[in-house]
Amino acid sequence: MAIIERETEVVVPVTVTPTSTYGVLKRPVSATGWRAWVFTVDHKKLGLMYGATAMFFFIVGGVEALLIRLQLAAPNGKVLNADLYNQMFTMHATTMVFLFVMPMAAGLANYFIPLQIGARDVAFPRINALGFWLLLFAGIFINLSWFLGGAADGGWFMYAPNSGPVFSPTNGIDFWAFGLQIAGIASLTGAINLIVTVLNMRAPGMTLMKMPIFTWMMTVVQFLLLFAVPVITVALFLLSFQRNFGARFFDVAAGADPLLWQHLFWIFGHPEVYILVLPAFGIVSEVLPVFSRKPLFGYPFVVFSGAAIGFVGWGVWAHHMFASGLGPVSVAVFSLTTMAIAVPTGVKIINWTLTMWGGKLYFSTAMKFSIGLIVLFTVGGLSGVTHSVAPSDTQQTDTYYIVAHFHYVLFGGAVLGFFSGFYYWWPKMFGKMLNERLGGWNFWLMVIGMNMTFGPMHILGLQGQPRRMYQWTEARAGEGFFNLAFWNMIASIGSFVLAVGILLFLINVVITARNPTRAPLDPWNSRSLEWLTSNPPKEHNFDVIPTVHHLDEFFHRKYEEDPESHTMRQIATAEEIMAEQERNADKHIHMPSPSYWPIVVAFSVLVITFGMIFSYLIAAIGGVTLLFASFGWALEPSTAPESDFESNSSTPGTALDSVGNS
Amino acid sequence: MTDTAVHGHDSSTGISNIKLGMWTFLGSECLLFGGLISTYMLYRGRVTGGPRPAQIFDIPFTSVSSFVLLMSSLTMVLAVSAAHKNEHRKTNLWLTVTALLGATFVGGQVYEFTAFYNEGLGFSTSLFGSSFYTLTGFHGVHVTVGIIMLMSLVGIFKRSAVPGKKAEVVEMIGLYWHFVDIVWIIIFTLVYLIPV
Amino acid sequence: MTTDTTHAATSAEHAENHGMSNAGYIRIALILAAITALEVSTVYIDFGPFFLPALLIMMAVKFVMVVSYFMHLKFDNKIFSLMFYAGLILAVGVYAAFLATFKFFIQ
Repeated sequence: MAIIERETEVVVPVTVTPTSTYGVLKRPVSATGWRAWVFTVDHKKLGLMYGATAMFFFIVGGVEALLIRLQLAAPNGKVLNADLYNQMFTMHATTMVFLFVMPMAAGLANYFIPLQIGARDVAFPRINALGFWLLLFAGIFINLSWFLGGAADGGWFMYAPNSGPVFSPTNGIDFWAFGLQIAGIASLTGAINLIVTVLNMRAPGMTLMKMPIFTWMMTVVQFLLLFAVPVITVALFLLSFQRNFGARFFDVAAGADPLLWQHLFWIFGHPEVYILVLPAFGIVSEVLPVFSRKPLFGYPFVVFSGAAIGFVGWGVWAHHMFASGLGPVSVAVFSLTTMAIAVPTGVKIINWTLTMWGGKLYFSTAMKFSIGLIVLFTVGGLSGVTHSVAPSDTQQTDTYYIVAHFHYVLFGGAVLGFFSGFYYWWPKMFGKMLNERLGGWNFWLMVIGMNMTFGPMHILGLQGQPRRMYQWTEARAGEGFFNLAFWNMIASIGSFVLAVGILLFLINVVITARNPTRAPLDPWNSRSLEWLTSNPPKEHNFDVIPTVHHLDEFFHRKYEEDPESHTMRQIATAEEIMAEQERNADKHIHMPSPSYWPIVVAFSVLVITFGMIFSYLIAAIGGVTLLFASFGWALEPSTAPESDFESNSSTPGTALDSVGNS
Repeated sequence: MTDTAVHGHDSSTGISNIKLGMWTFLGSECLLFGGLISTYMLYRGRVTGGPRPAQIFDIPFTSVSSFVLLMSSLTMVLAVSAAHKNEHRKTNLWLTVTALLGATFVGGQVYEFTAFYNEGLGFSTSLFGSSFYTLTGFHGVHVTVGIIMLMSLVGIFKRSAVPGKKAEVVEMIGLYWHFVDIVWIIIFTLVYLIPV
Repeated sequence: MTTDTTHAATSAEHAENHGMSNAGYIRIALILAAITALEVSTVYIDFGPFFLPALLIMMAVKFVMVVSYFMHLKFDNKIFSLMFYAGLILAVGVYAAFLATFKFFIQ
């Protein structure tokens, strides 16, 4: 790579040439143009690509949501027919969960975990790239079903036997199942990669209890993914085998138990809920201390409550199935565990509130979004507690009350958290500040819009409006204050207010990109290690790998406690610290080299899944490509040897010089 | 050149990335096979048509192929041991033997599947059939992938072009191979030896 | 290559630290084979009420032996054990609860 000096070490002459030794192709070394993105293994570029992909699917899923609300705005909606409506809500949920929230979290984790732990890249850079390409291809694959006979239409939890070929004869569910399978591989590889990164690649001195809280929460998420993804993998295989090869898993005539699917799905599905929301908890726990000018209140409690949520999250899955006739013992057990899991979540809310208590609050847009999360997530959390009471859940199941609940926790939790992160980290990622004035409008429109959209759904649900109904009629709307017509209209108007809020964010991004003003080095007076580098970070992240002595290491490099007054006084500015870093910069930084193989492997997997639906011949071709690409991958060292650089260098003399120097 | 050298500082735990990654992956695989085994356990007695398990299982035959797979774990561990001692010829020999034993096992499975099919147990015959073939088939695919990796390793070693530490690569494939073996230890007991 | 020999030296040391010689591996394999023979014998000899617990215990013993000795988990860094057994115990716990909701264990 051009901007990095190569390590100069004694290279024993190799008798074989790199092209014949290390696979079929020479590895790419270009760091410019589109190749710099397509073949990159840089965690920051991959993080941005994850983010852009997720944002695209956020818009796709948002348009689907608007169509649903248009359909339901008035009685006897005519915007969508019943079939299309089924596809719409299925794909809305699938897109938002698997193609927006999870990739966005993966993107932020990719970008910030190495920076926060003081590493120069992740443990397995090529696997990291593979994860991104698989995710992108999975998203495209699932959405192609719109144009190839119709999308999946069984609801995002795809209950059996409704998902069988009898009730859903199009290929939609096949696309859905195989697509999620690919996305699952992406999540699994990502999880392994980030777990190893966090355990193995922390800067010297950074013990686990000195890790930034965002990294901690993301680590819990990776463990949840690691253990939850294989469960959905099993479920999806059973479903695909049933649909494509005539297996009988959910065939009641053969004596099957359709609850098998529900159990497998929710054993995955409930940890998944925490997979979706814990990243936002991590972001908020970073943002609140910075804008309260106080350390996070009870850091160990936040860490352990996060881990506790991750752990207890495995024992509550059947609360999604209270109405399925589980039997009184199961219902009682899962009721209790569900009530128990509210405790660690409550601990977090208290910690955040006490972080702000007595602090010098600065209401930046990031801070507003974080406070919004605390309030709105609490609303969703409390309606969640009402589900844990099985008798009340029996009334709420499959009504809009449930829809209200999970939108408060996912939109009020995950999405507001992400937006908080965008405003907070934008200067870090792009070197420019998002417009704060527009940010205020963005925040208020989103909050008002979301409360208008999802708030009335509590009423609609308790009034008995079922989920997944494609029309409601005047005759059943009722009268007075609690009639369905009024609240459905409010919800639909709210959804457009929400959409305008998000549009303002996109406008803000464009305005910011055109604004030539650079962000200061440390615009928010931040605390954690990712700010110990330039904006945006250099390709090798840190000029010197920092040695960590404190939790909030960057803060402690800027401030120290005055022994007399016991107040913090500034001893250095961010610019001074940065200049110090640059003076002592490591001379020889050897970064992992770009590679063709991740995208080739990911594409082969895509070809195989296409083949599984349309022709086994195509699948076989994909399989052969995959095999060859795996060999290419395995035979390519993760860092190019010197000889590879030589053969691509226009002036071979310089490379030889560097060898001679050492 | 190791990954730690690439990133400029030693790993925090002092262990290699790839080995930690492998064990993490195997932890995840426990839930994959756990799900498949549970599905089989739930459905093993549900036969509405076609043969029941006890009617078609050939315990002596499966015992022999289980024994073969078990012994392949021994040869695998001998290969790893030889690789650590830098004994290239022995490493290659034991890797080849392991692959052959694995292939024998897969061959036995193909024979068993054919025999079961001829006795009337198809993939769609009953819940027992679907879940039996899915579980053992998944295991068989894992063994086959292992064989491909072993044979590739032997081929690559012949040309002595292995990026990274050779012994570590052998050790990683060894971990995978042993894992596939312990999964079969469970399947053998739960599926074949415990009657419905 | 020069680096290779240094690796080899440390690796050999490493292997000794594991405390297992090839003879040791063969001994483990013989024990495993003996247990397998015992397992198969349960099909032909009536063990009465001990049949099921005996089979499950033998299965567990074989499992742990392969993991501890062949996969070196007993001699290796504790983090590996943590990763693997976390997955294993979670799998056993979750799937046992899953089967329990189907009243699998009271049939």
